[in-house]
Amino acid sequence: MSSPIVKLVAQRVALGIVLLLAISVLIFAGTQILPGDVAQAILGQSATPESLANLREQLGLNEPAYVRYFHWLGGVVTGDLGTAMSSGQDIATSIEGRLWNTLFLAFWAAVVAVPLAIILGLIAVRYRNGWVDKLISGLALASTSFPEFFIGYVLVYFFAVKWQIFPGISTVYEGMPFGERMQAIALPATALTLVVLAHMMRMTRAAILNVMQSAYVETAELKGLSAFNVIRRHAFPNAIAPIINVVMLNLAYLIVGVVVVEVIFVYPGMGQYLVDHVTKRDVPVVQAVGLIFAAVYISLNIIADIAAIVANPRLRHPK
Amino acid sequence: MADSKAKSGLLLDIRNLRIEATVYPPGEAPKNIVLVHDVSLTLEKGKVLGLIGESGAGKSTIGLSSMGYGRGGVRITGGEVILNGRDILKGGKEGFRQLRGREVCYVAQSAAAAFNPAHRLMDQVVEATLLHGTATRAEAEKRAVALFKKLSLPNPETIGERFPHQVSGGQLQRVMTAMALCSEPDLIVFDEPTTALDVTTQIDVLAAIKDAIRDTHVAALYITHDLAVVAQVSDEIMVLRHGRLVEWGGTRQIIKEPRQEYTNALVSVHEIEHHEQKPGTTPFLSVKNVTAAYGRSHIKVLKNVSVDIYPGQTLAVVGESGSGKSTLARAITGLLPPEEGTVTFDGRPLANKLADRPKEDLRQLQMIYQMADVAMNPRQTVGTIIGRPLEFYFGMRGRERDKRVAELLDKIEMGKGFSDRYPAELSGGQKQRVCIARSLAAKPKLIICDEVTSALDPLVANGILKLLLELQKEESVAYLFITHDLATVKSIADSIAVMYRGEVVRYGPKSKVLTPPFDAYTDLLLSSVPEMEIGWLEKAIKGRRMASAGN
Repeated sequence: MSSPIVKLVAQRVALGIVLLLAISVLIFAGTQILPGDVAQAILGQSATPESLANLREQLGLNEPAYVRYFHWLGGVVTGDLGTAMSSGQDIATSIEGRLWNTLFLAFWAAVVAVPLAIILGLIAVRYRNGWVDKLISGLALASTSFPEFFIGYVLVYFFAVKWQIFPGISTVYEGMPFGERMQAIALPATALTLVVLAHMMRMTRAAILNVMQSAYVETAELKGLSAFNVIRRHAFPNAIAPIINVVMLNLAYLIVGVVVVEVIFVYPGMGQYLVDHVTKRDVPVVQAVGLIFAAVYISLNIIADIAAIVANPRLRHPK
Repeated sequence: MADSKAKSGLLLDIRNLRIEATVYPPGEAPKNIVLVHDVSLTLEKGKVLGLIGESGAGKSTIGLSSMGYGRGGVRITGGEVILNGRDILKGGKEGFRQLRGREVCYVAQSAAAAFNPAHRLMDQVVEATLLHGTATRAEAEKRAVALFKKLSLPNPETIGERFPHQVSGGQLQRVMTAMALCSEPDLIVFDEPTTALDVTTQIDVLAAIKDAIRDTHVAALYITHDLAVVAQVSDEIMVLRHGRLVEWGGTRQIIKEPRQEYTNALVSVHEIEHHEQKPGTTPFLSVKNVTAAYGRSHIKVLKNVSVDIYPGQTLAVVGESGSGKSTLARAITGLLPPEEGTVTFDGRPLANKLADRPKEDLRQLQMIYQMADVAMNPRQTVGTIIGRPLEFYFGMRGRERDKRVAELLDKIEMGKGFSDRYPAELSGGQKQRVCIARSLAAKPKLIICDEVTSALDPLVANGILKLLLELQKEESVAYLFITHDLATVKSIADSIAVMYRGEVVRYGPKSKVLTPPFDAYTDLLLSSVPEMEIGWLEKAIKGRRMASAGN
């Protein structure tokens, strides 16, 4: 491969790492600013000053903040996310299974949502300004406008309560057969799909419509290509960069933004884990989950950037 | 259609073609306008008909109607388009798709924009042939390579593997011609195929197109606004204006004995009397040994350039795109600080950077651009646009400013009534006039004109040049006139600098620069300007001493 691409990709990755470090500082600082500290949280309101002082000494809370930061960062880098205060369990071990569950849900939601959004976008462009376009846009916008908890409960009401096709509570456990697992996540995956669909569909439509103004689209029409082939062969490849960007943002949302959906369907993922521990003021867990979410966000955006770079023929095939 | 079929040899027969469009003027109800008023034409197999006229004449619209195509909501509302004996307007969408890319092919003005940047050239060249199933991929590619050879493209075997951005503009235009010829159509519509090219590249492309038409016996509609160009390739010429036929005749008759007044105006355009002024004793602006580059690039866009400008005179800077003409303007105005060399103004050096120059220096150097419509704020009225430098440089307000704006409008031969109009309501020529008034408002010593007439129709451009010369007499302002058009240079320059690859290769008073003996590049440039003479193309190609830079 040619050198400009390698250079650009290396730049993006380096930037992502710097960004992630900056976020780790922010997360750490944020949890320090909160009133009270871990010792107070563990011992509760009735703690005596002496026992507080003892526990602080024991947890190393008297050390200066930067020392604690590097200690924490060092742990994170080596895979040690610390210990949850509320349960005393190792965070890394409890997160592992949940992260996998969240990724599993996000993956299947994406497998449905991304191709569906792009195909709907292509169809909307093909019949632009006609009733098909308006219907697609209207439905997609409506599904996005409803809050996800509303969609979630509507799905539960019809599919779980009235028709009893899918379970209303998405319990999954280790060693669960694939088919059952799929059935369990059907409703939350549908809810997520409906939430992210419109954004990607609208962007696909807008990006392609933008390209449809180009002279090369006219050239294609004047070769006698059918309208759909003009869009597919000539417009879509040039609209791909903005579409990838929006797709990646939505994938990130599928992983990071599932909190509400996971809570509704009682799905044992990262979101529910985060919500549980926020209410318990379990700072180490919140820090760890926050950092993982940030890492997911940044890596998906790096992938989007790289894909956009690779999709550009000028960079792929320099003069 | 039996009668038309009977006339053997007739390929295209357009009868009483009427084309309409709906326009949406701001603040008014949408209305229907007629773009083409009952135009008829016939074209025999293997013949070339030139369609010529200013923008808005309906040339492209008529050309595209032979493919049943209306650009941007344009509708064919009347008449018949009989191609190969059948009225294609009755064929419907499916019928259009069958003939596009098979019977009729299209070559666009800007091949650089008309090729899809995401696909290799070969895939695009053979696409129409494969779509219509007239040849297998291998056959089509073989045919394409043969065409690349015929159009004298470099590396014909491998050029198809390239992407559009890897090929120069002149080459792309020839690849596009190959693309049109590849499906062996009966008719090709050439829509200003050489207009976007440099003059030295245009001549090569023109020769290639002409040879290809001759050897393949394809018929062509050749659309252009340049009569000298169309005279080289056409058998017949049709002059159009405002969507109506003005004159239609053999090429020789049109250019030698035009019967209509409008045709005559087109033929004799560019004849402006301008007596060269001798350079004065002291230039007020001197560019000395300026070298400049963009960013930290090693490629110098200007190499050791020195020119002088004398009060009230015009220095024309000519050269092809990429020769550094506009960069020279940017160095003088301070937009691109030179790496080496100085710009002296009234005997003192000007600060290199724009930000370091006092307001008074900024006032003395004004600019006019090629694209008048993007050089103005679309949400400001003409009065505000012209009044802005009056406020900024002279602190004029209220009635005083309005009075001066009215004077300036008068100078550019536009009435006071234009003061409240918005740029979108003006024609191209009027927009450029407003830009001229805006630069004059600052009472500058020098106005830099960057290709100010290149985007205009010849007759309109002529009016602008005459206006500039008149204003020069009245205001004794100097011009640095950047252009690629040698006819313009001849009309208005006092001295000329010829630029080639960042260097000034020839510089001096107009009469000296345009008198032989020439250096190789100036010779190429001068000999490439199309002349309204049948057979000029062949003569010019034969007499060339060097190849053009665009190839």
